[in-house]
Amino acid sequence: MGSLFENMQAVPLNHYIWFCAIIFTIGVVGVLTRRNAIVIFMSVELMLNAVNLLLAAFSVHHNDPSGQVFVFFIMALAAAEVAVGLSIIVMVYRNTQSIDINVLNRLKW
Amino acid sequence: MGTSVFYFVATLSVIFALMVVFAKNPIHSVLYLILTFFTFTVHYVLLNAQFLAVVNFIVYMGAIMVLFLFVLMLLNLNKDNEPNKSALLKVVGIIAGGCLVVTLIGSLKSVAIANPLVLKNPNLGLVENLGKELFGPFMLPFELSSLLLLSAMVGAVLLTKKEEKANG
Repeated sequence: MGSLFENMQAVPLNHYIWFCAIIFTIGVVGVLTRRNAIVIFMSVELMLNAVNLLLAAFSVHHNDPSGQVFVFFIMALAAAEVAVGLSIIVMVYRNTQSIDINVLNRLKW
Repeated sequence: MGTSVFYFVATLSVIFALMVVFAKNPIHSVLYLILTFFTFTVHYVLLNAQFLAVVNFIVYMGAIMVLFLFVLMLLNLNKDNEPNKSALLKVVGIIAGGCLVVTLIGSLKSVAIANPLVLKNPNLGLVENLGKELFGPFMLPFELSSLLLLSAMVGAVLLTKKEEKANG
């Protein structure tokens, strides 16, 4: 495993930042353009994962394990969020027979 | 040769993430999302964060993705396809995303941390090191996260329980 990382040492931190920015933006575009509530949830997961990877990269950069502990907490939070969110979606589907978020447009104001 | 692994996996992640957003069928979206998470696991291994790689593999690809698939199967959405958003809104969303990525990259360019990532401590991401951190300074948040998970579990059960007519 150590030898694997020896090869990795030439990747600049900049490229991690760019890569995570691109993945985060893909998640934002998914939230903006899709109407299926479950796909919107998956886009939110993409955004969380981009942030997680960047935290891990900076943790290696600063040689500080707290960054990786934060990633662990974010993962626990994501699990809780998905459980509650999906149960809300199931309940919305049970009441409206659809998971199109435009059905819920009265939540806007 | 070593750095090319990172760029190859990063390209795969971007492609799969795009497929998640633009796939028509939600089931295909979930399957592409699993592939995306797998590439993220590879990224963690490349960073030598082995604990995070294992947790990402188990929690995201195991628990969360099974939950997504399960709900999709439960909802039985195969007949009514998602009504398309108007093309104008899609174009506006993509333009907004493009603006966001240009702004992010442009603003972070001035930071310019171009020096390569160097692992000073080879067992930084191992379980031993992280466990000491987790049960030392981060003891209270760790215990609080167990409360968070418990409340999420109770909330999910309460939300999905069918209401009885008598309680009405």
